Amino acid sequence: MPNDLVDAMVKMREAEAMELAQKMLDAGEDPLQVLERCREALEIVGKQFEAGKYFLPELILSGEMLKRISKIAKPYMRKESDKKTEAKGTVIIGSVKGDIHDIGKDIVVFLLDTNGFEVHDLGVDVPAEKFVEAISQIQPAVVGMSALLTTALESMKNTIDAIKNAGLRDRVKIMVGGGAVDEKVRKYADADAYGPDAVAAVNLSKEWAKVKG
Amino acid sequence: MKERFLKVSPDADQNQEKHFETWLSGKGIPFVSVEAEEAYKARATLIKDAIQLKKKPRRIAICPSAGFFPVQYAGVSMYDAMYDYNALTQAWEKYCNDLTPDAYNAPMTIVPGSVLDILDFKLCRWPGHGVSEQSEYQYVEKEYMKADEYQDLIDDPTGFFMNTFFPRIFGALKPLQKMPLLPPVNEIVCIPPALFPFGDKEVQAAFSSLAKAGEETIRWRDAVRRLNGSVMGKGYPAFSGGFTKAPFDVIGDTLRGTREVLMDMYRHPDELIEACERITPFMIKAGVASCMATGHIMPFIPLHKGADTFMSEEQFQKFYWPTLRKVIIGLVNEGMVPQLFVEGGYNQRLEVISDVPKGKVVWWFDLTDMARAKKTVGRVACIAGNVPLSLLCTATPDEVKAYCKELIDVAGQDGGFIFSTGAGMQGAKAENVSAMIEFSKDYGIYQ
Repeated sequence: MPNDLVDAMVKMREAEAMELAQKMLDAGEDPLQVLERCREALEIVGKQFEAGKYFLPELILSGEMLKRISKIAKPYMRKESDKKTEAKGTVIIGSVKGDIHDIGKDIVVFLLDTNGFEVHDLGVDVPAEKFVEAISQIQPAVVGMSALLTTALESMKNTIDAIKNAGLRDRVKIMVGGGAVDEKVRKYADADAYGPDAVAAVNLSKEWAKVKG
Repeated sequence: MKERFLKVSPDADQNQEKHFETWLSGKGIPFVSVEAEEAYKARATLIKDAIQLKKKPRRIAICPSAGFFPVQYAGVSMYDAMYDYNALTQAWEKYCNDLTPDAYNAPMTIVPGSVLDILDFKLCRWPGHGVSEQSEYQYVEKEYMKADEYQDLIDDPTGFFMNTFFPRIFGALKPLQKMPLLPPVNEIVCIPPALFPFGDKEVQAAFSSLAKAGEETIRWRDAVRRLNGSVMGKGYPAFSGGFTKAPFDVIGDTLRGTREVLMDMYRHPDELIEACERITPFMIKAGVASCMATGHIMPFIPLHKGADTFMSEEQFQKFYWPTLRKVIIGLVNEGMVPQLFVEGGYNQRLEVISDVPKGKVVWWFDLTDMARAKKTVGRVACIAGNVPLSLLCTATPDEVKAYCKELIDVAGQDGGFIFSTGAGMQGAKAENVSAMIEFSKDYGIYQ
């Protein structure tokens, strides 16, 4: 049955996945094991995405299934097993000042979260000082910045300049993304990498968190 | 129901010629001189020749998308541009006079701010109202239509917009939820119940807000019309003259929202497709009507959620393309030239979107590979694009010119090409915009 759950999730059969997860929980399976199967499924979906077979709908829907299954698994958790598995790493993220768009950033947050990262979402229209403050307080391995508006590119550069001026640039890896961003913008703003999609953001974070850890 | 909008009608060619004739004539434009009128006709002809694919134009028309660039270029704030119609029109005059692109983009996207105030618009934040006075307006994405409301939309799109959607997106129009359904009002005994809402004080207040907003919109339109006359009167045709959208984007952009509409492809596929079908005739009529109002031939159609990264090719062919193609055919049959502006990339779609009648549409690209576009969809349609905004915002004039040269070499071969940008130019450096236009006007000469 566990593999059936993975299969149902990977093939986007949401109703079946929900039913299977409920059955496993009712039958006394360790809820953490059930969630582990969900993560396995998400891993496969992520790979399919990178292979160009799956796209945003599958990323979003599989993440949504994980969220729904986590919710029904909660009452089955014993106290000691309720402890969160240790986060893979810490990421702070936000849409830069002047930009209030959150759809792309939220998908990245969602995917980082389902991949086991501790994500601090600073929200939208985030001033440079707020990034600087969050970096010195939270000390993340990774900082993500998003911009959809071309008018926010300057503010992306200013934010990274502010991080440099605060002497924090060497302590973090910075990834940038969003509709207005590409490799040219990465270079202009002096970030470490440009991620064209949410899976790229997860892969970059995995790579960088490992180095730091 | 009879299948419509699948085939090109026998009189489509004739209709197109007729509309081109009207547009090219420049009738009603207050030209400043005979030379200006000649220049207008010559520029419009460059665009016509590129579209029809019958002969190579004299040179490539240079038609960047102004976006909100003229506002920053003139040094005024976005707030001023939306609230002070003089500031708006002066900014546009300055941009057009200084940089002289071949086609004119009327500032139809700079909507009047006080109208949004009067109606308490919720879909966006705009300068001084949720974003700074320097910022452009930005969309607040939410689920404005719930999944279980698909059937209501399908049953009665107009009623759904009036009674449910508008009350959600305009605070001042909340009382419209009391409006009666119209088809039941069909004989004498139905009159009184249909009139009750109009006696309601709140509904009356909603209508008075609409009247106020309407009057303000007319003041804005008059200012824009004077600007149109002034710029076009110097010899510059407008690049587009109407607006419509792909049915999937109507549902996805502002009704369901990105996340939801993408999941609906799995959760509510039949309702989603049926809703797109129901919206289709509205989108055709809107495109035709908006062009007729301006005497133009090209409705601008921004395409959003069908891009490469949003869905698979299979999903594109099932959910997005069928009703977009119907909109295209519907417009072509009326003699219009759909100006399809592909935001993001369509590198996986080039074969599918080649299924359009020859010489009848413009495919305008952003991040799509122009060499591949030229070899595929470029055989049946004029292509336009695609100087990247990241380049215009961050590079040097020399880098910009190098890109323009390569673009013209690749996409401009043998006509069928309109030079443009991949997006509205807000945020671009003025020296880059100027270098792009000057260089390309010169380099894009065929003979």
